[in-house]
Amino acid sequence: MKTLQSSYAVLLKDAQSELRTRYAVNALLMFVVTAAVIVQLAIRSEAPSPSVLSGLFWVVVFFAAMSGLSRTFVSEEERNTAMTLQLVASPTAVYFGKLFFNIVLTLILNAAITFLFTVVFPGFEVRQFETFVLTVVLGSLGLASASTILAAIVAKAGSKGTLYPVLAFPILIPLLMTAMKATTRALEGEPFGAASAEFQVLISYIMVITAGSYLLFDYVWKE
Amino acid sequence: MFGKNRVTFAKFGSVILVSFVLVAGLAIPLSPSPQSWLEFPVIPGLEDKARNLFFHVPMSWTAVLAFFISAVYGIRYLRSRDIDFDLISVSAAGLGLLFSLLATVTGALWARFNWGAFWNWDPRQTSIFVLLLIYGAYFGLRSAIENEEKRGRLSAVYTILAGFTVPFFVFVLPRMMAGLHPGALGDDTGKGPLFETKMIAPNMRVLFYTSLVAFTLLFLWLLNMRVRAARLEYQQSLHRS
Repeated sequence: MKTLQSSYAVLLKDAQSELRTRYAVNALLMFVVTAAVIVQLAIRSEAPSPSVLSGLFWVVVFFAAMSGLSRTFVSEEERNTAMTLQLVASPTAVYFGKLFFNIVLTLILNAAITFLFTVVFPGFEVRQFETFVLTVVLGSLGLASASTILAAIVAKAGSKGTLYPVLAFPILIPLLMTAMKATTRALEGEPFGAASAEFQVLISYIMVITAGSYLLFDYVWKE
Repeated sequence: MFGKNRVTFAKFGSVILVSFVLVAGLAIPLSPSPQSWLEFPVIPGLEDKARNLFFHVPMSWTAVLAFFISAVYGIRYLRSRDIDFDLISVSAAGLGLLFSLLATVTGALWARFNWGAFWNWDPRQTSIFVLLLIYGAYFGLRSAIENEEKRGRLSAVYTILAGFTVPFFVFVLPRMMAGLHPGALGDDTGKGPLFETKMIAPNMRVLFYTSLVAFTLLFLWLLNMRVRAARLEYQQSLHRS
């Protein structure tokens, strides 16, 4: 209970410092707009199939996440506040606080990308709404949980910018592959039950990665 | 890491068994209706290409085993902070990279002649590619950190975390998706990649499992050599500083 309260406090602290500068949110949204426009310019007059569109969707999500989600930990190292945070909050509270912050950020990100794709690509038409929403929500949860622990690793490794996507990609592939497949099903309008296997993989992926991060976070966080 | 006797066992065992598998796997003739133990049945569509089973599959198996060992010693390092476990973990990861490369090359060559192209993005080709990426990222992470203790700690966390996702693309996704490897979705000839099919004759199966043992022993012997070399290097680096 106490951990929950202090992780909520960490979440509030991060949200407050984010709202002061709006750095991560602005950078993410600009990135998403840029990426969607580049894709649009590249395929201008083509009519891409649902599988191509769902692939592009998750490519944009992946790279946007890679450009924004490491902020929570990197900023602690940059402002030299990591030590203070270690003193006032337990590692578990820090991890879950940052995880919730990243989940919120990823959900905003995915909502923005969905909106943009619907506007920019006429072919991006969600025919099975429930499948799509559940896939995007589960995908965001998985993306956020894997990115959070990796952001902590990268921040401790000296915030090497290029290292983050390199480390994250192999770990995120199972998630991305499954999410792409489920999104294709949603765009093609297959019934909700058709994607149940994908949901099972996504849910077990989220549980495994979150449990693993929870166990391993102490070793990353404590100097 | 291991006792001296076990190392000797792994060394001679792997040399003898790998040589045996090489000779037997390549030299035992094929026959349309095998009469004795020294003849393999002809598998329609595969013929001599079926011999790759004795080399390619054990190599991929060893790569996954190496990954597993790397993760286990990563856990042991985190628990004890004994630098020796870190040396074992990184040596295993290096060998895992080597065996993944071997499996990729033998697989790609085989695919060129059986499926028509070196690379088809079959689910299992994707998964071995991901294994290569993980090892690449692991060594990239290690080279980014100067401090030994921190390097061991963070790379151990990464190898364990990656170890959690390996079962997904080695054991789960290839069975869920349509693909060219045996055991993929819609393939009713076998239940898994180590196929329990009627295509594989008993003598082929015996040689296949011998090959698994042979490559595992080879891996253990190589691991032991690499760990000893890594220890010497580490000692030297201590003296230098």
